[in-house]
Amino acid sequence: MRSVVSICVVVGALIFVWYLAAVSLNSTWAIDKAKRAGLEIGTKELILDTLSQEKPKLPAPHQVVSELWKTTVEKKITSKRSLIFHSWITLSSTLVGFLIGTSLGILLAIGIVHNNAMNMSVMPWAIASQTIPILAIAPMIIVVLNSIGVQGLLPKAIISSYLCFFPVVVGMVKGLRSPDKIDTDLLHTYNATNAQKFWKLRLPTSMPFLFASLKVGISASLVGAIVGELPTGAVRGLGARLLAGSYYGQTIQIWSALIMAAMVAAALVGILALLQKLMLKRMGMT
Amino acid sequence: MRPKIFAKSVDLTFSTNDGPVDALKDVNLDINEGDFVSFIGPSGCGKTTFLRVLADLERPTGGTVEINGVSPRIARESRAYGYVFQAPGLYPWRSIGKNIKLPLEIIGLSKHEQSERVKRVLNLVDLQDFENKFPWQLSGGMQQRASIARALAFDADILLMDEPFGALDEIVRDHLNEQLLDLWKTTSKTICFVTHSIPEAVYLSTKIVVMSPRPGRIIDVIESTLPNERPLDIRDSSEFISISQRVREGLRSGHSYE
Repeated sequence: MRSVVSICVVVGALIFVWYLAAVSLNSTWAIDKAKRAGLEIGTKELILDTLSQEKPKLPAPHQVVSELWKTTVEKKITSKRSLIFHSWITLSSTLVGFLIGTSLGILLAIGIVHNNAMNMSVMPWAIASQTIPILAIAPMIIVVLNSIGVQGLLPKAIISSYLCFFPVVVGMVKGLRSPDKIDTDLLHTYNATNAQKFWKLRLPTSMPFLFASLKVGISASLVGAIVGELPTGAVRGLGARLLAGSYYGQTIQIWSALIMAAMVAAALVGILALLQKLMLKRMGMT
Repeated sequence: MRPKIFAKSVDLTFSTNDGPVDALKDVNLDINEGDFVSFIGPSGCGKTTFLRVLADLERPTGGTVEINGVSPRIARESRAYGYVFQAPGLYPWRSIGKNIKLPLEIIGLSKHEQSERVKRVLNLVDLQDFENKFPWQLSGGMQQRASIARALAFDADILLMDEPFGALDEIVRDHLNEQLLDLWKTTSKTICFVTHSIPEAVYLSTKIVVMSPRPGRIIDVIESTLPNERPLDIRDSSEFISISQRVREGLRSGHSYE
């Protein structure tokens, strides 16, 4: 109960600061408009005006909420203007990219832990791959894949998996190496094979590390999917909405797409947190 | 009669950053079937290292070791012994019953056989009501008993125990010592037991091996004259005290008190 109250207080404070910022950032335009019409503008009218402009510098919270409402609840899901439609486009490539990236990350981690050659060679390349700015290579990936006929969801999913696999590799390697010597010695005295050591000891101990990496990975996948929608002037998805909004100066559209993306990310991480809780309970480690 | 465990001129030198360390030097020992052998000595005298050599968890740099007439590696691969560590080492995501099933799963016994053996060894260590509880729900002494049950589950002839009761208090320790002796009499296994405690070594063993450090070597091997029936108050008898004195002299001559 106490945490709900404190969350509400913090959110309320943030919204209040947001309103103040909206008023101050949008006031230049309102004052200029009044000057050109030759009118003097009073404080109350100033505030009301800054909070209801059509193309404000910083949309007020209620403007964003009403735009969100208009484009989700009041539009058919199949309409090209529905935010739910666009969110689903982005979400589907996020999820596919997440699955690809996670599987690749786990396989690489298993290889690194069990094979000395992979242990010494894979990590530097994995780290180097992450130092290239994603905005630079995303267009290249999309153009190359389009030219061989792979279009639509898959190129974006590949960009998502590119950002997602690295935290999974790092987390899983740490997790698979986390058992104490006493636990691995015990299995050695039973003459267990490497596969038995993996399934019975290393994999269960790495679960907490895996879930931590998955949470980072899924947010990275969402970012990858949005970035994948920016370069080629795509027409569908949250990234496309962001781009369209910035072309036409529709700041409210930009902000509503941003808030929607944030909500999708929060929901995905929340689902993973729930799965982690269930998994730990089943493993008896509440 | 051929000894069950046989060590001749065993050397083990660790190469470390600041030079070689002689963990074991020229260790010779015969252990017969059914013996209860304690290894006692100060920290760093090589007793745990020697136990690990028997278990094939370390390889000696010189000498021969035979267990059941074969090398330690073949003994380990044929699962000739059960090992009990200082810490219980139970997996927290498995219940006590499933923890005991761990070696049985690796060996590949049938599910029916696994359940039967779990019930049998839990009875032996008096933990029959705790099969479905998790390790964090048990006290330290109970967890260690579960660890001993796990080592007994696959019916190996030999039990190697590395200071299993070291982390427990005196009262629990006395209780577990009695239980261990009963277990030994019922199952007639060959037990190698590493300890820091002189009374524990003298109370439990038929043979006491006194070791000393730098380099790790055997100072004395004492054949115990105590009878096989040992109530706890045998620790106040004069025979017990004289054996303890002999152990202490062995430790002193090996510079353990300096």
